[in-house]
Amino acid sequence: MYRYDEFDRTLVSERVAQFRRQVARRLTGELSEDQFKPLRLMNGLYLQLHAYMLRINVPYGCLSSAQLRALARIARRYDRGYGHFTTRQNIQFNWIALADAPDIMADLAAVEMNTMQSSGNCVRNVTADHYAGRAADEIEDPRVWCELLRQYSILNPEFSYLPRKFKLALTGSPHDRAAVAVHDIGLRMYRDEQGRPGFEVIVGGGQGRTPAIGKTIRQWIEPRHIILYVEAILRVYNLYGRRDNIYKARIKILVTALGIDRFRELVDAEWEQIRATGPVIDDAERARIQACFAPPDYDRAAAGDDPSPAAGISDPAYDAWLRSNVVAHKVAGYAIVNLSLKAPGRVPGDLAADKMERVADLADRFSCGELRINHRQNLSFVDVRRRDLPVLWRALSTLELATPNIGLASDIIACPGLDYCSLANARSIPIAQDLSRHFADTDKLQQVGSLTINISGCMNACGHHHVGNIGILGVDKRGAEFFQLTLGGSADENPSLGDRLGRGLPQADVPAAIERIVDAYLALRGDDETFLQTYRRVGIEPFRAVVYEPQGTTRQVA
Amino acid sequence: MAQMLIANRLIDGRVVFRAADGNWVTDIDAGQLIDDNAVADSRLADARTDESDNLIIDPCLIDVAALGAAHEPAVLRESIRAHGPTIAVER
Repeated sequence: MYRYDEFDRTLVSERVAQFRRQVARRLTGELSEDQFKPLRLMNGLYLQLHAYMLRINVPYGCLSSAQLRALARIARRYDRGYGHFTTRQNIQFNWIALADAPDIMADLAAVEMNTMQSSGNCVRNVTADHYAGRAADEIEDPRVWCELLRQYSILNPEFSYLPRKFKLALTGSPHDRAAVAVHDIGLRMYRDEQGRPGFEVIVGGGQGRTPAIGKTIRQWIEPRHIILYVEAILRVYNLYGRRDNIYKARIKILVTALGIDRFRELVDAEWEQIRATGPVIDDAERARIQACFAPPDYDRAAAGDDPSPAAGISDPAYDAWLRSNVVAHKVAGYAIVNLSLKAPGRVPGDLAADKMERVADLADRFSCGELRINHRQNLSFVDVRRRDLPVLWRALSTLELATPNIGLASDIIACPGLDYCSLANARSIPIAQDLSRHFADTDKLQQVGSLTINISGCMNACGHHHVGNIGILGVDKRGAEFFQLTLGGSADENPSLGDRLGRGLPQADVPAAIERIVDAYLALRGDDETFLQTYRRVGIEPFRAVVYEPQGTTRQVA
Repeated sequence: MAQMLIANRLIDGRVVFRAADGNWVTDIDAGQLIDDNAVADSRLADARTDESDNLIIDPCLIDVAALGAAHEPAVLRESIRAHGPTIAVER
């Protein structure tokens, strides 16, 4: 993991002291709410429906057991005993008092965490493939570049007042687990014709009210150039991005308005200017950061373990977990294990403080004291010896963290929705709970196979509904909650935005509608076809028919 | 329908309602129902003073029904603010 150096420590502690003074000035009235709001937002502190909400960065999803224990203490001492992992590899606490925020930030600083730029019109938490450095299919670990981009963008005065927020995502694998195509900038590693690793640079992707799949601005760039190339993109955006209309201020609007070719010309012209004179990444500093991501000392003897992970245990539930939740590791004898935060009826992404501590203990015992957060709101242990899998499975099962559903129908993304969020129009969590109970049967889950269901409580799309194989968008119709379905979205290396199925449905009708869509897929699918493959082959009409014309019944409509 | 003043308390962000004595309380049933528009405007002006005095943030009037001694906001969003999330908390 990255470890703070003296510079990082000073920066973060000075920021905490500064925010402590700002909060004190707000509480005495020296600062008005209008003056204070941008300051608290720059530190990740929102005012939501019930209280202040604090969003804490987990850079590119990497978390140590010590950090998770600190989060558990914060949850217990300052919140209501739980936290919420988000689709941007952050964690949020929902019940924070303004007066406590500086102390919380100091507690975070003690474990090398911060909340800087987790809100505001600046570069947000840099996200990445949660299997970075471990995935069997990876070309190179992208985290050294993630960390350099993080350091470069934190408190960078030139990019502290962008037209709107700005999100970066990186993947070092050809299989995209980081949804890079729906970020302001996505960097996807691949090898060029000479076999050299580099990044494809994708720009102008995003979700929200104007969803867009990003466009490739540069087919391949040497990794050592990406900081300056990102700077060139940010400069063009900073200069030409709209500031007159918040709904048209994201870079995707600019890229669409100019066209990718004109946008590329502007960026390349900027890059040509700054690449000769701009800062060069110091080799020693890069080596220091790279060393932070050195793999642990693997047990070489593990390579000789029985490659059959089921050795010594015979349980269908264990087999299902192995199939769904355990992923190939690049080192023989090791595995990546996903912890599902989506047990039937649970709130997606929520974790109680007691469980955080138990997970931290398991990370110490089974995975070198580290874990990852992923954008689908689950956790991963990325260095588990295969011989430990049965013991780990039993331990996770007792914590309700071994539901065998990763990537399956009940592994649902849901934003906090109207239960917490001041922007939401409808509740997301109850729909997710209904659906996860509906798909609680492991055999049915495995029969349906790969299927992402993503739920957002408003068009801002924090629940990634546009890129769910099935997307669910909550809307308000004359004071009542309705839910619009989209089909065919995907956030992987073949990204697509979902197509709207039809008019909105009342909450009570959503599970039955999803059931009919899934049953239609099972009837239509070819050999080994996933839901998405079937949808792309047959189109939306068969699904529209089963939802809106089931045996000629009349349904309540919005 | 009657109206009530709702806001967030500055120091901790908690949802609060204005009682008849001018205090801000967390229990909606202790909040003052206001039937008269002119009175509502006057109370809102008082609430803005409380905002200037750094007690509360974002005061506004919401529609509230009286169900015996209980008060219930007309809109789901405000009901959730008054009573908390509609879901069980993670344990």
